[in-house]
Amino acid sequence: MQRFINDPDLVVEDTVKGFVKAHSDIVRLAENPRVVVAREAPFAGKVGVVTGGGSGHEPAFIGYTGRNMLDAVAVGELFSSPTAKSFHDAIREANGGKGVVVLYGNYAGDNMNVKMATKLAAKDGIEVATVVANDDVCSAPIEEREKRRGVAGEIFMWKIGGAKAATGASLEEVRAAAQKAIDNCRSIGVGLGPCTLPAVGHPNFKIEPGTMEVGIGHHGEPGVRVETLKTAEEVARDMVKIVLDDHDLPEGTEVAVLVSGLGATPLNELYILNDTIESEISARGLKIRKTWIGNYFTSLEMVGATLTVMALDDDLKTLLDVETRCTIIL
Amino acid sequence: MQTFDNASCGAIVLSMAERIVENRAYLSEIDGKIGDGDHGVNMAKGFGMAAERLKGKNAPLAESLDTLGTVLMTEIGGSMGPLYGVMFTEFAETIQGVEKIDAAAYSKMLHAGLSGIQSIGSAKVGDKTLLDTFVPAVEAFDKATAEGKSFGEALEVLVTAAEAGRDSTIDLVAKIGRASRLGERSLGVLDAGATSCAIILKELSEGARTRLV
Repeated sequence: MQRFINDPDLVVEDTVKGFVKAHSDIVRLAENPRVVVAREAPFAGKVGVVTGGGSGHEPAFIGYTGRNMLDAVAVGELFSSPTAKSFHDAIREANGGKGVVVLYGNYAGDNMNVKMATKLAAKDGIEVATVVANDDVCSAPIEEREKRRGVAGEIFMWKIGGAKAATGASLEEVRAAAQKAIDNCRSIGVGLGPCTLPAVGHPNFKIEPGTMEVGIGHHGEPGVRVETLKTAEEVARDMVKIVLDDHDLPEGTEVAVLVSGLGATPLNELYILNDTIESEISARGLKIRKTWIGNYFTSLEMVGATLTVMALDDDLKTLLDVETRCTIIL
Repeated sequence: MQTFDNASCGAIVLSMAERIVENRAYLSEIDGKIGDGDHGVNMAKGFGMAAERLKGKNAPLAESLDTLGTVLMTEIGGSMGPLYGVMFTEFAETIQGVEKIDAAAYSKMLHAGLSGIQSIGSAKVGDKTLLDTFVPAVEAFDKATAEGKSFGEALEVLVTAAEAGRDSTIDLVAKIGRASRLGERSLGVLDAGATSCAIILKELSEGARTRLV
């Protein structure tokens, strides 16, 4: 496929440079060029909110840096965890003296690098709490929820954690709010076409024409089943069923819905999916408070979409309504 | 008693880096079957960067291993950055100040690297990771020296065991890392980390063996 790149080995550097130039009213680059920081951060007396992850998921993770959202983001290579040093530097940039919460996905590299960064931050006297996202229903059975990976539900976790921190809450309160957000999230991905790391040069997995991967991960981790491609209506119905069957929600529960493209799926197809998603969720007696549709969490040029549903209570509703100022309006 | 010299053996790390860079495409290809295909790219980047910093310096082995470990840990993220980073810095720390490395010091070094890996990762033998290469290699080395084999012979035994361990990952289902999401579909292919670990242990051990006095 044809790409707008310079050097395949410098894709991340060049991405971050262009991003910071575009959004200098909202973000700045730390001394470590692999750390993006909210322009005015750190905020004295506010819990710092940090995430980090591999690149290639834009606008995640850097796009969610900003006021009432993330204070600092550690940037990794394409699909590869940031270094412990970058996580550590992000923690330091976000530290306003009230502790820092690191909200990240459940990937082997991130788990190790955050663990090491937390130890390094402790030496600086910074108290760090962590929340690990595990909203991807198909990545492990519910009994092994701790093994599930974090996907687009992370956006809700950051939104809620960031909003809670903005209220002046304590580190433990912010951690608990972010934890509740992700506990209340369930996500599913469906892949129709693979993606290619530019430095590798060929797709890192195959999806045969006429088929789809149900339960695909954000790096092309194969789904739980390969099926014949069906109509958008049937796919959307399956997505809602997988997500909600995993989440025993009482009738009348209000939910937030996020439908994200994986990079190469046009927006109109996401709306086509949502036509059925909305009907199916409503048919189950749930009430949709707000829906976001767009390329919120992508996987390079993967073709496909994810659905995330977060169940809301009064606290989460309040926090969800807090205004944020990042490059992605939420 | 056979030993090799710490001060003059830093070149072992340079040849290790060469092997990794040579195997860039191969390691990525293996990784691409059950992972996302960037293992060779990231390994070559880290080892290549370390080699650049070490070239022409004639640094001792301990210092060379420390440079490599630090580069991997601070500049290469993912899983392999911290895992191999910890392993090499632990290797370096253990042999720092040891002038002549004998079989006992070599074993101590390997064990320190292994504990380092186990302190940050949660994999066990059989999970289809680099430990499937590393653990049997260390065990075979210790067994060989306990049976009275020379340091040189024990190093040969280590390399054979590392390669057998690497090959054992073909028949394993991945239990950890990205490939674990595949379940049974991860059967039938080598683990990329186990493969790079075999390259590393072979270069280190062959390098030591050919320099024994």
